[in-house]
Amino acid sequence: MSEPPTYTPFHPRWYRPRVSTWWWLKRWSSLAFILREVSSIFVAWFVVFFLLLVAAVGQGEAAYQEFMRWAANPGIVLVNIISLFFVVFHAVTWFNLAPQAMVVRIGGKRVPGKLIAASNYGAWVVTSLLVAWIVLAGSR
Amino acid sequence: MARRATVEPFLWLLFSAGGVVAALVIPVLLLLFGLAFPLGWLSPPDYAHMLAVLGHPLSRVTIFVSCTLLLFHWAHRFRFTLYDGLQIKHLNELIVLVSYGAVLVGTIAAGVLVWQLT
Repeated sequence: MSEPPTYTPFHPRWYRPRVSTWWWLKRWSSLAFILREVSSIFVAWFVVFFLLLVAAVGQGEAAYQEFMRWAANPGIVLVNIISLFFVVFHAVTWFNLAPQAMVVRIGGKRVPGKLIAASNYGAWVVTSLLVAWIVLAGSR
Repeated sequence: MARRATVEPFLWLLFSAGGVVAALVIPVLLLLFGLAFPLGWLSPPDYAHMLAVLGHPLSRVTIFVSCTLLLFHWAHRFRFTLYDGLQIKHLNELIVLVSYGAVLVGTIAAGVLVWQLT
């Protein structure tokens, strides 16, 4: 009991268990987190894809038709299908999270989370219809 | 404890704004230009209409701002994917530099491309 503590010349090492690189495969919630993070790569791809469209439209009619032919390549269509899946996953999780991020009070009472999520989904529908209407107004 | 002022909250704000843009407009645009037109579900708009829609001053500003926000959104998530997901922590400075460098390049490209739409 009364033994004096012994000291070693070595610095103690912290106990840090090694976390596997694949830690996020163990639980659905952490896998969902990583899938959401990965969705950002497809957001970046969309920016590239859309700016190529803008560039083609800026260059003239022939370039625009060429872009549309290029976009019909099976490989590009496949990338866009995968991108759509990830971006929709981002959108749904984003809107579901909105009640946590936006605390709205009306007359001192907190607006229920379901209402905030619903208004976000509503904004999604309205924006999508508006964009589709503007684009499709010029359909041949 | 005194806290150092960092640029992080500002970057998070841009990430968040980009997230809203991504959620609201990317699905419909990807569905139209990535699937519906290439696969022939819908007939694509003619050139004159596309030029009129994209070339409108309001669209040009919107496209430029949206692309910038989307790129900031990408950069924020991408660097944390590498940091948390793949645990590449020792290269953090390099990853931050490359990510936001790409944002800068993309923003300039968007500005130039939008500018030449007439």
